[in-house]
Amino acid sequence: MSVAELIEGVLNQKRRYLARLISLIENEDIRALEALSQLYKHTGKGHIIGVTGPPGSGKSSLVTKLTAEFRKRSKTIGIVCVDPSSPFTGGALLGDRIRMQEHSLDDEVYVRSMGTRGHLGGLARATSDAVRAIDAFGKDIIFVETVGTGQSEVEVIDVAHTVIVTDVPGSGDDIQAIKAGIMEIADIFVVNKSDLAGADKKVTEINAMLDIDPRERAWRPPVVLTNARTGDGIPELVDNILAHLEHLKESGLLQKKGLQRSRDELHELMKYKLTKELSQKLQGKPEYEKAIKMIAKRKQDPYTVAEQLIAEFLFSETR
Amino acid sequence: MSSSKKIRVLMAKPGLDGHDRGVKIVARALRDAGMEVIYTGLRQTPEMVVRAAIDEGVHCIGLSILSGAHNALFPKIMELLKAEGADDILVTGGGIIPEDDIPDLKKAGISEIFGPGTPLDDIVEYIKANVKL
Repeated sequence: MSVAELIEGVLNQKRRYLARLISLIENEDIRALEALSQLYKHTGKGHIIGVTGPPGSGKSSLVTKLTAEFRKRSKTIGIVCVDPSSPFTGGALLGDRIRMQEHSLDDEVYVRSMGTRGHLGGLARATSDAVRAIDAFGKDIIFVETVGTGQSEVEVIDVAHTVIVTDVPGSGDDIQAIKAGIMEIADIFVVNKSDLAGADKKVTEINAMLDIDPRERAWRPPVVLTNARTGDGIPELVDNILAHLEHLKESGLLQKKGLQRSRDELHELMKYKLTKELSQKLQGKPEYEKAIKMIAKRKQDPYTVAEQLIAEFLFSETR
Repeated sequence: MSSSKKIRVLMAKPGLDGHDRGVKIVARALRDAGMEVIYTGLRQTPEMVVRAAIDEGVHCIGLSILSGAHNALFPKIMELLKAEGADDILVTGGGIIPEDDIPDLKKAGISEIFGPGTPLDDIVEYIKANVKL
């Protein structure tokens, strides 16, 4: 499959081509970059919704029910769900689709499972580019379901416009609710499994935490009770998601976030490229190997050597 | 960018089987062999299997069936894969499948059948050796 075919296939909404492009992205194939750079101008239209929370809190079920509700409202859907890869073998069992069966034959729903492949932060390295590919494909709503998260996997905020943090009744006391990390990134809180004892208490605890949040924000994250098995609370949740997007647009935050994201991404890409170039230039150079030995023997210090090598190999005109 | 290809496998249970113990054990073995294994649960139609395989960009589909409907469902899946232009995907089968049925299933395009008692390593090695990355 050539890059031109890939691009044409994605823009013509052929899912096999989208699937192929995402595989190339995951495999860090050079063709993925070529395709993405040409598809870039077709992106930026989808509403990207992050769903994060502890394992077993119902993220996949919630995404399934949200998909059903958005489909009722005539929206097309893309879903990227991330599960952990084994740190020992690199293998992964990707099981999020099991909960998503009801949409498995809907032409307007595309689901892709992804292993983290060693990446930390709750997502895979390829996730943001995969989302971009789905965006170019033309889906209105793109869900990004993170791995089951603990307290500090907050990378989803760099990808999503709207972040939903899921929790369940009985998961720790009110001190958990005021800890830093994942509790700070929610645009919307969901207390799922609303039929379990302690659901109202959980809502109260999260609201109490929000009451003492010192950040002056025009948007106070709503706390929505849902039951992803029965669908209770799902229409309200969708209303809140749409209200959040409206808020982002009206307040100018959408534009501001977009600028920040472009800045971060450009910086990341340049850093990646520079690091790669530096590694290539240093590869097998005797002075590099010698410097490493000198540092290990405490004859030289790494701080000075780093400065010298960068000046010599990266910024010297003569090399 | 370096290439870091991983074998992606869809483990699928077409038909009306009541349990999925076997397929989970195979899924786990493939995972431990470093593959990315997508499992979609019980009671899949051939259409669902093929859709999942295409969306997920898998290199291999492992079909598991206990109910006896393999002669109807396996060829149907092969047919749908072909119609989608995805017949480069390696398809293997497993479960309770009588010896006599195997030649016709292979004729339909199923690459290999793994019956009860097959060592897990045999399945891993077979997939590694035959998959088109």
